[in-house]
Amino acid sequence: MAALLAIEALAVARGGIAILERVEFSLSAGQALVLRGPNGCGKTTLLRTIAGLQPPLAGRIEAAPDAIAYAAHADGLKATLSVSENLQFWAAVYGQSNRVASALAEMNLEALAQRAAMSLSAGQKRRLGLARLLVTGRPVWVLDEPTISLDAASVALFANALRAHLALGGAALIATHIDIGLAEAVTLDLTPLKARAPQDGGASGGFDEAFA
Amino acid sequence: MIALLLRDLRLAVRAGGGFGLSLAFFLIVTVLVPFGVGPEGGTLARIAPGILWVGALLACLLSLDRIYALDFEDGSLDLLATAPIPMEAVVSVKALAHWLTTGLPLVLAAPVFGVLLHLPGPAYFWLVISLAVGTPALSVLGAFGAALTVGLKRGGLLLSLLVLPLYVPTLIFGAELIARGSAGGATATPLLMLAGITAATVALVPFAAAAAIRVNLR
Repeated sequence: MAALLAIEALAVARGGIAILERVEFSLSAGQALVLRGPNGCGKTTLLRTIAGLQPPLAGRIEAAPDAIAYAAHADGLKATLSVSENLQFWAAVYGQSNRVASALAEMNLEALAQRAAMSLSAGQKRRLGLARLLVTGRPVWVLDEPTISLDAASVALFANALRAHLALGGAALIATHIDIGLAEAVTLDLTPLKARAPQDGGASGGFDEAFA
Repeated sequence: MIALLLRDLRLAVRAGGGFGLSLAFFLIVTVLVPFGVGPEGGTLARIAPGILWVGALLACLLSLDRIYALDFEDGSLDLLATAPIPMEAVVSVKALAHWLTTGLPLVLAAPVFGVLLHLPGPAYFWLVISLAVGTPALSVLGAFGAALTVGLKRGGLLLSLLVLPLYVPTLIFGAELIARGSAGGATATPLLMLAGITAATVALVPFAAAAAIRVNLR
């Protein structure tokens, strides 16, 4: 089966300094890959590069256009809009307005639908942020620490949503420190992929990176 | 794109959205100027076009840094950048939303404020025309300046310095149009220049602004 996302010899830089290189993996339908590594090892930078927010230093990222749904640390919620208004906006952006009700139900947000996002708890905000993934209708989820501030029950809820997504032919790339209870997920430790210094043959990020 | 426009308009009118801030600022300027200059009608009438345009311009400047700053802080801008809408469209829609919440209210309120400045009768028509034609350029140029400074803490000062020189042509032709209109002179030249500046900025600047945002998100 063709891979939904294929990464070849990828090197990424943050602030002009190469931090990861020789990253290689591929994700097919139904697969989940968990990225691990100490703080600052480049998990977020790698995910932002794959999501297309910054160019890679070297290597290739192969994915179908409009295949990737990215979820960052920040949920992108508007405090003065209600839960359902927040979700409806993203659903409309992705042209999937018919999925709002099921996404609210799946992340157990129905009782809060009319509540303004500013009055939600941190965990509830996170659940709303993750519900956004369900209304993108995109096959590859790229998730940066999705379980932050979620309690055990909500982590299980999220794991269920993730399993359903994988069962429907989706794929997921997750950076996390917590075990999200997804037995079938493969783990990739990023520690050995730390970029070498340029004099040892590593890729170097130049000042011109911003103008690439 | 319509969803984004509706969201931005909805956010602007909800609590803390800043809708009306520019209008209030415009009102303060036009109320204070007669106190500063003195109530003598002839002087006021002569400087009124310039004061109204400077007031509108500064009122517009006041709300520029909000165009992307809030979206940047809560992560929406990252998510919009990965959404199926091109960044150029995001910029255009946000500039349009800024104009609808800032420029349009100024256009509609300006005749009322003109009374405070003893604006002569025939000038009201040209006041509305020049603001309606000129203020879209202010919003689009402002969206470009805001795109350059997105992500900077307290970028407002830098934003003002970047944007003000770009506003000067619009200011010159806008005020000149009112002055000529009220004096009964030929209005075609400043009107066409004003419309030309607006048309060119609306057509070209979103591409520059989108490129600036992409660089700033890295």
